[in-house]
Amino acid sequence: MSVGKRDITCPGYAPGTPIKDEDIKLKKVTSVEDHPDIRYSWSAGQAISKFLNGLKEGKIYGVKCNKCKRIMVPPRMFCELCYKPIDEWVELKDTGVVQTFSISYIDPDAKPLPEPIIVAVIAIDGASHNMGIMHLLGEVKPEDVYVGMKVKAVWKDEKEREGAITDIKYWKPI
Amino acid sequence: MRVEKISGLKFQKKQDVAIVGAGMTTWKRRLNETGRELCFLAIKQALEEAGIGFDEIEMVVMGSAPDTFDGMLMKGEYLLDGSGGSDRPYMRVFVGGGTGVFAPIAGYWHVASGLADVCLVVCEEKMSSCYPHPQSAFKYIWDPILERPLNPNLIWIFALEMRRYMHVHKIKHEDIALVSVKNKANALDHPCAQVAGKITVEDVLNSEPMALPVRRLDVSPPSDGAAALVMVSPYIARRLTDEPIWVTGVGWSLDTTWWTNRDLYFPRYVAEAAKMAYKMAHITDPRKEIDVAEPYDPFDYKELHHMEGLGLAKKGEAPILTREGVTARDGDLPVCPSGGLMGVGNPIAATMGVKACEIYWQLSYRAGKRQVAKEVTTGVCQAWGDLMQVGTVMVMSNKR
Amino acid sequence: MTRVAVIAAGYYGFNANTPEFSWKEIMYAAARRAYEEAGINPRRDVDSFITCAEDIYEGFAIFDEFVPDQLGAVLKPTCTICGDFLYGVATAYMQIKSGLADVAVVEAHSKASDIATFGDVLRFGFDPIWIRDIGNGHPYYFAALEMDLYMQTDCITEEQIAKVVVKNKNNAVLNPSAPYGEKVSIEDVLKSPKVFDPMRKIEIAPRSDGCVVFVIANENIAKEITDSPIWIKGVGWWSETNSYDTMSFRAMYATKAAKMAYKLAGIVNPQKEVDFAEVDDRFAFKEIQHIEALGLSRRFETASLLEEGYFDRNGEIPVNVSGGSLGIGNLLECTGGQKALEVVLQLQGNAGRRQLKDVEIGVAQAWRYVPTASGAVVVFGL
Repeated sequence: MSVGKRDITCPGYAPGTPIKDEDIKLKKVTSVEDHPDIRYSWSAGQAISKFLNGLKEGKIYGVKCNKCKRIMVPPRMFCELCYKPIDEWVELKDTGVVQTFSISYIDPDAKPLPEPIIVAVIAIDGASHNMGIMHLLGEVKPEDVYVGMKVKAVWKDEKEREGAITDIKYWKPI
Repeated sequence: MRVEKISGLKFQKKQDVAIVGAGMTTWKRRLNETGRELCFLAIKQALEEAGIGFDEIEMVVMGSAPDTFDGMLMKGEYLLDGSGGSDRPYMRVFVGGGTGVFAPIAGYWHVASGLADVCLVVCEEKMSSCYPHPQSAFKYIWDPILERPLNPNLIWIFALEMRRYMHVHKIKHEDIALVSVKNKANALDHPCAQVAGKITVEDVLNSEPMALPVRRLDVSPPSDGAAALVMVSPYIARRLTDEPIWVTGVGWSLDTTWWTNRDLYFPRYVAEAAKMAYKMAHITDPRKEIDVAEPYDPFDYKELHHMEGLGLAKKGEAPILTREGVTARDGDLPVCPSGGLMGVGNPIAATMGVKACEIYWQLSYRAGKRQVAKEVTTGVCQAWGDLMQVGTVMVMSNKR
Repeated sequence: MTRVAVIAAGYYGFNANTPEFSWKEIMYAAARRAYEEAGINPRRDVDSFITCAEDIYEGFAIFDEFVPDQLGAVLKPTCTICGDFLYGVATAYMQIKSGLADVAVVEAHSKASDIATFGDVLRFGFDPIWIRDIGNGHPYYFAALEMDLYMQTDCITEEQIAKVVVKNKNNAVLNPSAPYGEKVSIEDVLKSPKVFDPMRKIEIAPRSDGCVVFVIANENIAKEITDSPIWIKGVGWWSETNSYDTMSFRAMYATKAAKMAYKLAGIVNPQKEVDFAEVDDRFAFKEIQHIEALGLSRRFETASLLEEGYFDRNGEIPVNVSGGSLGIGNLLECTGGQKALEVVLQLQGNAGRRQLKDVEIGVAQAWRYVPTASGAVVVFGL
């Protein structure tokens, strides 16, 4: 079977009709609109429920697997690498180290934000290496953030906590 | 973190599967055609190139990404009429963004298992139906309890990964921006391209910040589009053409959901998938044995990230290869000669058109102006998806 | 050519709802049980994992992300098939036959109790241009239209459809995993209100939660691990069309899927060769359509055979001995999983009080629910 350059060109045509957003708004093309109302309420399950209750008390909980000796956060009912149930719950500190971060200028709908927000993956002290959670950083200027920065959680007032990840308002540098 | 020794795919008996035709529609931000019509257009092209009629298709595999874009539950069922699935065995596969290369892998096992001789693989995406912006659909990929309350944007994970990659290997944004420049220039020769153009590194570094370090020209745009492939068994391939392209290796792998527990600087899921595909294809030194590569590049740094995952460059070296021109179309290891997602567009699953279909066209010397300068025997295409989780790899060759 | 067998089946459920466990935890429970039965370590011994899930049923844009940990699939080949469990079994079959894997795991689950607005979710599956905005009715009217047409063309009476409900719900009483088992009579059923005339409320399967995991392997490994592997003799799946105006409304998808599966299994006369079956009965009239589609009786005969007790637990061809979906609940994409599970349990001899005697070949069939015309069939045997 010969393999060599041949004179066959690839299909040079590309079917399809591009249109613009104004074409839809000005009704130049026919369109149909739908606004679905689809709602869910997920059971958090045993592990996350305990974690959220811990947040309400102002504590961060992790779990330990005695086989691989990892202390993991966010907590789970089973160690996914050893594939066995976890052995104990461990209370972790509310300080951590920034593993990576980003300064976001857009909101989830791709619209620009009035103020940029800083999001980071923070490895929690007391857990195994690289065990991080995603959260926001605050009380710091974007240009001062760096990988390896030590941070501490800033909690909401005890009365306002509801048992959600937002019970921590943000993390600030220490 | 120690991971137990895990075995990859068993490789008992090599079943040959050939690709004999490919097609794709133009990719634009918004197309007038419905999803079904896009599928039909791509399939028509693929069947014409293959030289077989629609009645000869025995099974259909559809790959399409989140249902939320088209606004349908069971989007696969809705699209089956346009994708040739009516009155046939029809299956939809979905591994997030990795579907672009996973759908042909699914087509591979349809034919290799002996259940079908002719299998049509079609991928479609219609992101423009999603309002206010296709990115809004990505609100729902996050963990509903631990992450969604923070109102995350899709670009965040890429920004976090890019920062980590740049930090660990001490890479400058200028080197990463070279990928964007290269791919957008490559795409000028692609008839379906959406965002081809001649830009410079300064343009990239000065473009609008989205989630630093990611800027607008580092990102590929949402697109509408479709692509199709025809996969057949060897005796049908012999009837149709003298030079079919053979699928020599496949691999796929999925990493843990807890992405915040991983060090993001290296895509080990791509490395695992590549390991399996190379083992099946008997490739021991990918850098030397692969002639052309199409790694997934939704962001410019991702091309470098995935090159390292595929073993085409040592860790941290991919930007050096780009800077030296090794990955250009006339270089020693052309990477993304089609222009990739950065240059042509990013319709998630339909990216099969610039990944698997492009390697097919390159290996059969049908890529026209995009044809790489060197002689090619083996090519690899790869896709990525989910929350930095899935790597899907396919190795193809024009020698059996 | 190597044969393919089910070496273990694990399940969690089935319950009307599971507020204390998340979907991850029920998946882990079912997978754990399957692996214990097979005696394997998924981290080491399993080559491929297949999950069958539809995003919008779960509430995520990409459900594939949330799958690997609880199955032991981290950094291993894992994929998601958007289809019923039986489609996943077909995929595992193809992967093993093509030599890509020796051991494959198939999983499907239902956490329907997490969905707050089920009617809107189903409505989201309708064609957005032609059907979605017609009126304000709950999407089940679509199935009721089909029921009306079917009753007229095949001369099926209300009492005959009621018999399906009576048979299945009474069967479910003997099934400890069935939350909706009940001793009902034909009169009770005929008193149930018609919520989508002619469909009665009791003829619609209510939702429930659960998870089913199968471990599937090739012949050599199956014979090493267990003395009684359950062979997958044939698989078939088929889609008619998505257009409501050209659908056959006679479950032709099931007929053709069954034809494909029987051809692989070498079954020529299903009515004689198949011992029992589990068919999709999430709407009572569908059971009759599916029994006919599987070739277990001829057209115009099914309903009267049903009335005579031909498909009862102690009849000639027991159908839905587990209680079917009417007794166990609508498990969304796991419906095929429940059907396959029952077939496997019966063939293994593990079906407890509902055990059938001397069964060798069983068929599981599932449909992809309103508004589709797609389905899959798998033939299991000893």
